[in-house]
Amino acid sequence: MNSTIRKKNGDSVFRAITLLFALSILIILLVMAVEMAVESMPSLRKFGWGFISGSDWDAVQGSFAALPYLYGSVVSSILAILLATPLSVGTALFITELAPYKVGAVTASLVELLAAIPSVIYGLWGILVMAPWLQGAVEPFLVKHFGFLPFFRGAPYGVSMLAAVFILMIMIVPIVTSITKEVLTAVPSSQREAAVALGATRWEMIRIAVLPYGRSGILGAVILGLGRAIGETMAVTMVIGNTPQISLSLLSPGYTMPSVIANEFAETTTKLHASALMEIGLILLVVTLFINFMARMLLWSVTRKWKGGVA
Amino acid sequence: MTLRSITVRRASNLAATFLMGGATILVLLPLVIIFYHIVKMGISSINPAFFTNIPQPPGEVGGGMANGIAGSAIMIGMASLAGLPVGIFGAVYLTEYGTGRLATVIRFSADVLSGIPSIITGMVAYSLLVVPMKGFSALAGSFALSLIMVPIVLRTTEEQLKMVPATLREASLALGVPLWRTSIKVTLRSAMTGVITGILLAVARVAGETAPLLFTALGNQFWSKKLNEPMAALPLQIFNFAISPYEDWHRLAWAGALVLVVLMFGLSLAARWLGRAKHS
Repeated sequence: MNSTIRKKNGDSVFRAITLLFALSILIILLVMAVEMAVESMPSLRKFGWGFISGSDWDAVQGSFAALPYLYGSVVSSILAILLATPLSVGTALFITELAPYKVGAVTASLVELLAAIPSVIYGLWGILVMAPWLQGAVEPFLVKHFGFLPFFRGAPYGVSMLAAVFILMIMIVPIVTSITKEVLTAVPSSQREAAVALGATRWEMIRIAVLPYGRSGILGAVILGLGRAIGETMAVTMVIGNTPQISLSLLSPGYTMPSVIANEFAETTTKLHASALMEIGLILLVVTLFINFMARMLLWSVTRKWKGGVA
Repeated sequence: MTLRSITVRRASNLAATFLMGGATILVLLPLVIIFYHIVKMGISSINPAFFTNIPQPPGEVGGGMANGIAGSAIMIGMASLAGLPVGIFGAVYLTEYGTGRLATVIRFSADVLSGIPSIITGMVAYSLLVVPMKGFSALAGSFALSLIMVPIVLRTTEEQLKMVPATLREASLALGVPLWRTSIKVTLRSAMTGVITGILLAVARVAGETAPLLFTALGNQFWSKKLNEPMAALPLQIFNFAISPYEDWHRLAWAGALVLVVLMFGLSLAARWLGRAKHS
């Protein structure tokens, strides 16, 4: 009798403790959101919508507006994901549809190694190797042959929006590739067999059977990659040049939301300055929450469907 | 679909094959190039002094990153002490009781949380710990790192626990062992290698984190003696030295990068090896 009671107690205590630990996820999310919102209040009150439409960032005068940072984040991330998507999908298709099993497995491991390299090392390589190479070879070439376009005008600095786009592309390709690979692996082989049985070539099989089936999952992977690109801090801070300006030219330096936080947050002098940076953080948080929410919804809906579907 | 000649179909198949292969080469190329540069630039500065000395001013030889390596180890250790139990036992809850809507919400939130930029975690740790304690500290840095670990460990551990056969647990329960003991002694224990794999991956992930330490641990040119003082960390030193204008410091940064990359690859190889050993 006594031992039964103790058993019951043990179980309910265990359940309560583990529940608390599991709930910590929700608590962390909630605390993050509340903390960022509260700390942003002074800046939100003072600047209102002007914060995201103006471009005056002056700590001495106490006037803050974040458009150049928003612009830099949006442009660098979108260009990076546009370049990364075909590469990632191509590689994922190579791994799952084309390569012999062993070759595919090795390729997948190498892609995972790329994903494991820390951001600061990409930045180190970016600033000391890639930026000088861009300045010496790529940017003069672009100016010479494509200088008639507004995107490739001005002096080649090396550290530039272009450098940020390249480094972001290199960094998000592994993530998008490995998630796309997971999605493609989950496409039932009956789909492929049906296409091949109808006489399709391998490419036709991919086009009519594999890609349509994995469409929403691949979209999820791409959106997830976009979220990573927007939140990427160290590598971008090291190569983008950290100049708050809005310029059409990819050769000129820019600035992003995480970069300005990384550079200025430890050295704020006024409450308002800190609050303005917090508001940039809040915008970043809301945007990445939304993006990750969308991406996970897409990926989850795909995996759920497959669990019950054709094996 | 309109009928096309077999030549066109074959040609497009060939073109697609080349494009996929080409994409793969382009994707793997940076891995080779970056690794080549890290080894080439870093290896010459790897010597005993690198692991025993603190950084020297530019122009002086014999500087090392000992304080950064020690600082990283201390902060990762403390973050693990706080973050791992929370993640692991949170996962136990999801496997044992996680059938309802709450569990789904928690799983989904963990996935979303792991996509939040780590610099935001740093800002939150700053306002929760640095401001009240009136100063940057190793404690705040560890706290930020532990927040990053929790969702990663929770999801990987749950995946591993789910693979433990139900029959094992049922056998234990049928013998009258209470659920909580079954959980710890049977489920967790049989999934141990998998759980350790998850832990290694989480440690590898936070070992390279720089952004959340920028305004929590802050970094330190010297040895830190207390946990409530700013503390050096390897990734922070790599960052600060990389953006400095001095050749000497660039060399140190490359050497630090080599150490960090070797550590990362070592951890992920160990994780992979553990994972494979279990399945064979």
